[in-house]
Amino acid sequence: MSTFYSEEAANRRNSVLLAILVVTVLGVFGFVIGYAIGYANGDPVLWAIGAVAIAVAFGLLSALGSYYGGDQLVLASSHAQEIQPQQAPQLFNVVGEMATAAGVPMPKVYIIDDPSPNAFATGRDPQHSSIAVTTGLLQKMNREELQGVIGHEMSHVRNYDIRFTLIVGVLVGSIALLAQLFLRYTFWFGGGRRNNDSNSGGGGLAILFLVIGVVLAILAPIFTALVQMAVSRQREYLADASSVELTRNPHGLESALAKLASDGESLHSANGATQHLYIVNPLKKLGGGSSLFSTHPPIVDRINRLRQLTGDSPMDPAEVRQLTGLE
Amino acid sequence: MVPVIIALVVVLVLVLFVVLIYNGLVTKRNRVDEANSQIQVQLKRRHDLIPNLVNAVKGYMDFEKGVLLQVTQARGNAISAGSQGIAAQAQAENVLTGALKSLFAVVENYPDLKANQNVLSLQEQLTTTENQISFARQHYNATVLEFNNSLQVFPNVLIAGPMGFTKREFFEAEPEAAEVPVVNLG
Repeated sequence: MSTFYSEEAANRRNSVLLAILVVTVLGVFGFVIGYAIGYANGDPVLWAIGAVAIAVAFGLLSALGSYYGGDQLVLASSHAQEIQPQQAPQLFNVVGEMATAAGVPMPKVYIIDDPSPNAFATGRDPQHSSIAVTTGLLQKMNREELQGVIGHEMSHVRNYDIRFTLIVGVLVGSIALLAQLFLRYTFWFGGGRRNNDSNSGGGGLAILFLVIGVVLAILAPIFTALVQMAVSRQREYLADASSVELTRNPHGLESALAKLASDGESLHSANGATQHLYIVNPLKKLGGGSSLFSTHPPIVDRINRLRQLTGDSPMDPAEVRQLTGLE
Repeated sequence: MVPVIIALVVVLVLVLFVVLIYNGLVTKRNRVDEANSQIQVQLKRRHDLIPNLVNAVKGYMDFEKGVLLQVTQARGNAISAGSQGIAAQAQAENVLTGALKSLFAVVENYPDLKANQNVLSLQEQLTTTENQISFARQHYNATVLEFNNSLQVFPNVLIAGPMGFTKREFFEAEPEAAEVPVVNLG
């Protein structure tokens, strides 16, 4: 049995460690590139710093746009309609209750007209946040389950997950950009060996760094994309535990997740760019679709972690089959 | 000359440290006060809602005058207990919660009332108000926990006392709150 405090601490720590891993890869990659280019052309360390700085700068510019204008874009592309309290009193009340429990201002509330039950939250900080739920969710969940889901979404905002995943996204994007630039450079300029004949003794080392650089340029983007997915999954676990911190009722969220698992429809307005914001993966694949490439952890794992909080035993295979409808 | 500079830098760093700790403690203490006010806001909201509820059901429930009277009296007591300190207020509010629970238990026996849109919407409002009160108290406890932790960890513990910061108390349920409310159908 564990507490939501220890769960939250573990999830935060894991996501931070993964982010540090990405930063490390970026640093190593930048260094190798810098050395490969700079060894023949000048100061390698300067080249390394320069290359990394340029890539991160490009990433930051695109991230800033996403940071400030992103939520409007996401809400519009999801066909979300902002609503007033009179239009959905119970939803508004539940959001208000979670806002009180979290000690944050009341977010804007949106409804998406879609039978697939799902919800997402967006916003760079608690003062500028929005929560959207589908009509399908409102129909299928009772008050306790709705509270669990809203608690989860509110926690994404409260834990600054939008900001966190954006930062990780910028770093991973920078690595991909660096890889692209470096591969083009080696293709066009042959590694710069022709530029410097006086340093003939170091030619072997430069070639070595070049080879390492090319290998990294191919592997690093894939590797860090996987790490990015792992970060997303850790933040999902964190949001689950934080939801329990707010509601003090693991059963509500557990029951909601079970209902969400057995619903097979895909959410029409979601796409690859927005899928990580939802409470469950809106792009359902046949057979569950959980892997290293998933933004969300498997629902069975999420349910089992919630059960740990109340000292209940994990789902047994028969329960799992019944839930996911798989043999 | 160099030892003097080093000493100055050390002093500067220590002063900075103290300032940061002080500011952190002030911020956390203010959060505790704000959370406390939020509880009052939610309690007042409940006081304001009750007359509407009583009016909505009065016409239907001629035989349940006792329960309605109980609710109205409990509300009055809770409002006046507001100025008598935390313990008195908490007790009076708990009595009001019990009276409301009795009222809703009784409403279950009236199918017309259960289907009445006004009553349903008021029930939802009262449900959310009860939830808001408990979440406000829960959040208050969370801010108290954070503040007390900040007071007691090292190195804050060395300077918090001399700077005038004292531990805050958690909101605790009164012993009566653990009793099951009696539904009086008389």
